[in-house]
Amino acid sequence: MPEAVAAHAEAHGHPAHAHHPALQHHFETLEQQKEASVLGMWIFIIQEVMFFGGLLLAYFLYRVWYHEAWVEGSNELDILLGGINTVVLIGSSLTMALAVRSAQVGSKKGTVNWLIVTMVLGLVFLVIKFFEYKHKYDLNHIPGANFVFEGPHAPQVQIFISLYFGLTGLHALHMVIGFVLLSVIAWMAHKDRFSPEWYTPVEMSGLYWHFVDIVWIFLFPLLYLVDRTHRLG
Amino acid sequence: MLSGIPLFPVQASTVAPDVDRLYFLIIAVTSFFAIATVIAVAIFAIKYRDDSGEKVGAQIHGSIPLELAWSVIPFIISMGIFVYATVVFFEIVRPPAETMEIYSTGKRWMWRFQHVDGKSEINELHVPKGRPVRVTFTSEDVLHSLYFPAFRVKADAIPGRYSSVWFEATETGEFHLFCAEYCGTKHSGMIGKVVVMEPSAYQAWLSGSDGQPLAVRGQQLFQQLACVTCHLDDNTGRGPSLAGLFGTTVELEGGAKATADDSYIRESILTPQMKIVDGYQRLMPTFQGQVNEEGVMGLIEFIKSKAATARPRPAAAQPTAAPARP
Amino acid sequence: MITPTLPPVTYLNHKYGVMSWLLTKDHKRIGILYMVVVTIAFMLGGVFAAGVRLELTTPQGDVWSADTYNKLFTMHGIAMVFFVLIPAVPAILGNFILPLMIGAKDVAFPKINLISWYVFVIGFIFTVGAMVFGGVDTGWTFYVPYSSSASNTNVLMTGIGVFITGFSSILTGVNFMVTIHRMRAPGLTWFRLPLLVWALYATSFVQVLGTPVVAITLFMVVLERGLGFGIFNPALGGDPVLFQHLFWFYSHPAVYIMILPPMGVISEVIACFSRKSVFGYSFVAFSSVAIALFGFMVWAHHLFVAGISPYSAMVFSLLSYAVAIPSAVKTFNWAATMHRGAIWWKTPMFFVFGFMGLFLVGGLTGLFLAALGLDVHLHDTYFVVAHFHYIMVGGAIMGYFAGLHYYWPKMTGRMYSDILGKLSALLIFVGFNLTFFPQFILGYLGMPRRYHVYPDEWQVFNVLSSAGASVLAVGYVLPVFYLMYSLFKGEVAGANPWGATGLEWTTQSPPLPENFPGQPIVEEEAYDYHKREIKVA
Repeated sequence: MPEAVAAHAEAHGHPAHAHHPALQHHFETLEQQKEASVLGMWIFIIQEVMFFGGLLLAYFLYRVWYHEAWVEGSNELDILLGGINTVVLIGSSLTMALAVRSAQVGSKKGTVNWLIVTMVLGLVFLVIKFFEYKHKYDLNHIPGANFVFEGPHAPQVQIFISLYFGLTGLHALHMVIGFVLLSVIAWMAHKDRFSPEWYTPVEMSGLYWHFVDIVWIFLFPLLYLVDRTHRLG
Repeated sequence: MLSGIPLFPVQASTVAPDVDRLYFLIIAVTSFFAIATVIAVAIFAIKYRDDSGEKVGAQIHGSIPLELAWSVIPFIISMGIFVYATVVFFEIVRPPAETMEIYSTGKRWMWRFQHVDGKSEINELHVPKGRPVRVTFTSEDVLHSLYFPAFRVKADAIPGRYSSVWFEATETGEFHLFCAEYCGTKHSGMIGKVVVMEPSAYQAWLSGSDGQPLAVRGQQLFQQLACVTCHLDDNTGRGPSLAGLFGTTVELEGGAKATADDSYIRESILTPQMKIVDGYQRLMPTFQGQVNEEGVMGLIEFIKSKAATARPRPAAAQPTAAPARP
Repeated sequence: MITPTLPPVTYLNHKYGVMSWLLTKDHKRIGILYMVVVTIAFMLGGVFAAGVRLELTTPQGDVWSADTYNKLFTMHGIAMVFFVLIPAVPAILGNFILPLMIGAKDVAFPKINLISWYVFVIGFIFTVGAMVFGGVDTGWTFYVPYSSSASNTNVLMTGIGVFITGFSSILTGVNFMVTIHRMRAPGLTWFRLPLLVWALYATSFVQVLGTPVVAITLFMVVLERGLGFGIFNPALGGDPVLFQHLFWFYSHPAVYIMILPPMGVISEVIACFSRKSVFGYSFVAFSSVAIALFGFMVWAHHLFVAGISPYSAMVFSLLSYAVAIPSAVKTFNWAATMHRGAIWWKTPMFFVFGFMGLFLVGGLTGLFLAALGLDVHLHDTYFVVAHFHYIMVGGAIMGYFAGLHYYWPKMTGRMYSDILGKLSALLIFVGFNLTFFPQFILGYLGMPRRYHVYPDEWQVFNVLSSAGASVLAVGYVLPVFYLMYSLFKGEVAGANPWGATGLEWTTQSPPLPENFPGQPIVEEEAYDYHKREIKVA
């Protein structure tokens, strides 16, 4: 987009090296900037895997030790709501990919709209999660001083539910961060900051969003589907 | 010990000389490398000194033979130390077959030692010289660690679990006992002494006790907590007989096996659903909160004392109920 | 010799005002911003240490109450580990010099670099707040159940503060990895890189993969303590030893975060002041990577007496010996670098001399602790305290000081008093040995760590140790004075006062805001001293 380049050069007063307005000055080329962003986001995602990994380690250790408590705790979760949330998130990954595609072909309206749909689906997820948490609260299943649970495995069920809240809470926090991130990207798209030459921020947000989705794909069976063969719902 | 400045701890157990020998070996090896390297650096710094800053060093980039030498040789030496150290380690953690049992609990900020015959001590432990002693202990609150420097043994006290150390004292006298895992305000006050006595002196000390033997305490608890209603010696009760059980291998529901040791008994009392004996129902309630750690130790001693009865255990005492799941 | 003058435009003078610093995206300014906070943390940690050593001069607890003493050693550890040792070389020197070393204009993500500083400051404020308003007494290791249920100090606030600070480390790690991968000047292949870059790269790997684990572990402690959740609670069947595994899975690699960059600095300084290429360049480079990798496999050597199986302990002991080998390789290579060099006795080299002596002792005493049969006796005694101080203070801080004194002219354009610099190095070396060598003896005697009071017969060694600490303190405070003085009255340094190789020394001191006037192109191997005709400054 030569006009944008010229406009940028004029605004910054350096016609000597006219360049794409999105190119940051410490990079030589847009290509280098894009490669740096991609590498950076992947390294960050690997770090996030380690982050969730610690909680998952605790989960797996106790699942082996206290399998029955895990079955009991898991069967307390609402598999319908969890299933709906899983579909909602997978759907949101689809709409996110469509947003990236729209940016790639230069469709500003498509980019903004698909981003908004993704955010709405994310919001649906969080609302359903809220109701699940509230249900736990109503049953006095929140771990801590007020925890009440019938059965011989109650103490270990409390560990299960602690890890449930830890894992899904952390995941929900990542969704909220994703929501904020997408709103910023949608705003930038609205302000014509992206083009087929430069839509990397949309792509990177997409990577992040897909990662958060994949975490849920692991959490759902691990938390909701422990030994459900003869008990659905 | 106030007259002299100690440079080295006293050797008061069978294991201490072995640990010290290992220590001296590693001192020798590491001193050699440290001194050699420091001397080399000092010589080079002085011999090749040039404060003009304008001379250039020799063009040497490296030497593969040298790199191999100073990686492989230290590696081999390290592996040698590793093997030797591991042998000493197994000596420290594997008690001999026959040991005198002491039970202990640590809690903020004291150690309580329970002799099997009933005598109990706080922050002091009397033991006979020349006899292997095993201390089995746990914590009632946070992490602690039982440390006898003169014996060179230590293990952490973990709430919810048993740990043990063993030693055979070789010197009479009084030696330090410390808590070696930070546990709050009076961590450095959670100390005491282990008093090693000649065997005859120890017997005399012991006989002055008016405490109740641990096993008798255990037997009383066994009645009070109604264990006896299910665990009948003739195996006709709702729970398996405990006679002659200690130390044997138990067949569990689902095919697994377990050894009926201290930890197994403790777990069976406090979290019985963790392991169910094959052929029995899940009927045993938990006694968490109804019996403290010392009570558990008493019950363990009592169960240890129950010799096997003449009547053999039937193959499948009770029919297995159908799993209670909707 | 032509006396150089300060360049007209530098990164320091091209913009003035507080906001130009607080909103800077210049890696050089961000390095200095880090230096300010880290120096404050160092002084704070030093004050706490003084409190500890003061108490330990006498066997009784006659200076502080037990609770206060427990807070002092805890806060000393937290301040030093998280706010000094982890960031010192990477966030201060690394931030400043890395782009210069590779011929780049800045790091890959300058805005994220600034954010990482703010995250650091916010974490610092939380943590210092916790220290000031009541203190924390769990030990820097936060073992449960004490930290999650028994302690009645500001564990939550400290845990949150350290959690936040961890992200600063992660962001720096991501930034450096991408910078090194993607922003090297044309011709600067991996094996032409200065060894400090290799060290920073290996460190970044550890920062990125390890720090999230301690973050999530602290998160779990916060859940347990703050919300009453049960994850480690033994009453529910939770396992306190699980905390130790998770904690040390990060905290052991963390010590490699602390030592790898200073080792990189040693390579730079020793090459320059021997006027010679580092002996065995590729071995030193690969050893950094090996240490980073192996460092993740040894964590349970902190749990030898914590209830792990003896067979498990064997594996970790063996791996702990293995991880020592690359460090040994480095040390021998450094000594060999000096052989037939032209050794210039300047202040940075004095810190290298000190490092060599102290790191040797620290590293070699690790062999004692890795020995299973010996660790049973030595675990949680002053032997361990002496071992890690030799490495972290004798090694890492010495290395940081070597780097600070080496790069000071580049950062400020000024030279400091060489005599005073050498005096500092000497005082630190002597004071350090006096402080910590007696602690090896105390450890073998059986003196446990974190003890407020101790048996009378151990007083002599404790007094020696406290006396040494006073000398050490002087050694550490002296640089503040002569370095600050140099800013105003120091001789102008010029682009390359040390006659060193490396792209960073080809540009002016202090550097331009954009580092280089053009795009540097590299055609030389690293440390090509023999090709140079060296004219100092």
